[in-house]
Amino acid sequence: MDYRTPLSRVKGLGSAKGGTTHWWMQRVTAVALIPLSFWLIYFLGLSLTAPYQQTVVWLTSPVNTVCIVAWIIAAFYHAALGLQVVIEDYVATEGPKIISIWAVNLAFLFLAIAALLAVFRIVSIG
Amino acid sequence: MAINTNRPTSPHLQVYKLPLTGIISITHRMTGIMLTAGLILFVYVISALAGGADSYTAMQALMSLWLFKLVIWAFIYALFFHLCHGVRHLIWDSGSSFELDTLNRYAMIELVASLALTLMTFAWGCYGL
Repeated sequence: MDYRTPLSRVKGLGSAKGGTTHWWMQRVTAVALIPLSFWLIYFLGLSLTAPYQQTVVWLTSPVNTVCIVAWIIAAFYHAALGLQVVIEDYVATEGPKIISIWAVNLAFLFLAIAALLAVFRIVSIG
Repeated sequence: MAINTNRPTSPHLQVYKLPLTGIISITHRMTGIMLTAGLILFVYVISALAGGADSYTAMQALMSLWLFKLVIWAFIYALFFHLCHGVRHLIWDSGSSFELDTLNRYAMIELVASLALTLMTFAWGCYGL
């Protein structure tokens, strides 16, 4: 006798309560980051050497603003997903494992918000 | 019953010579961790830009110190290495190229490509070094 609801059966999630989302999103963000990494190298080179006005003008053009927001979301998400796997591999004890994964996720959420807010401030100036 | 500590052990990390693919695999993980640390530096750079011309110039002055230049070039190489081996993982995810000779050939291609991309960034000359 199957006690599962039709919804739980179609979702295909067992006692792990999670499916392939983590693995899948790691790949989706990875693919997004292939072209965006080259964009980042260009932006980083600009912001480390170019005059203030030039960097602001460049970053506030719509295409580049979209690129930086996309890069921030993809990179910080990808980093949190990756670090979670590293923690799961090396931290065996359940308590410290859950605490460190939560800490990593919250830290990267916080950093991503800080970066996005900085972009918002640059766009409002420029 | 006394425990016999003189039993033979199976090969593990200390006595096992990692093949090239194994070295690249652990380097992928290490560069990944390095890059996440680099994200903190990115937040600093973008916040300095948001702070205005003064904080931007101060950030550039700090980043032109040789120690930070070293960190930045390490970040750039780590990024290209992680990108090249990441593409390799995506090819593996499609279920192909697990043959031993292909593994070793692609490992060499990754190393050369990541080094070439770093040198291209260097030759581009926009990092003031």
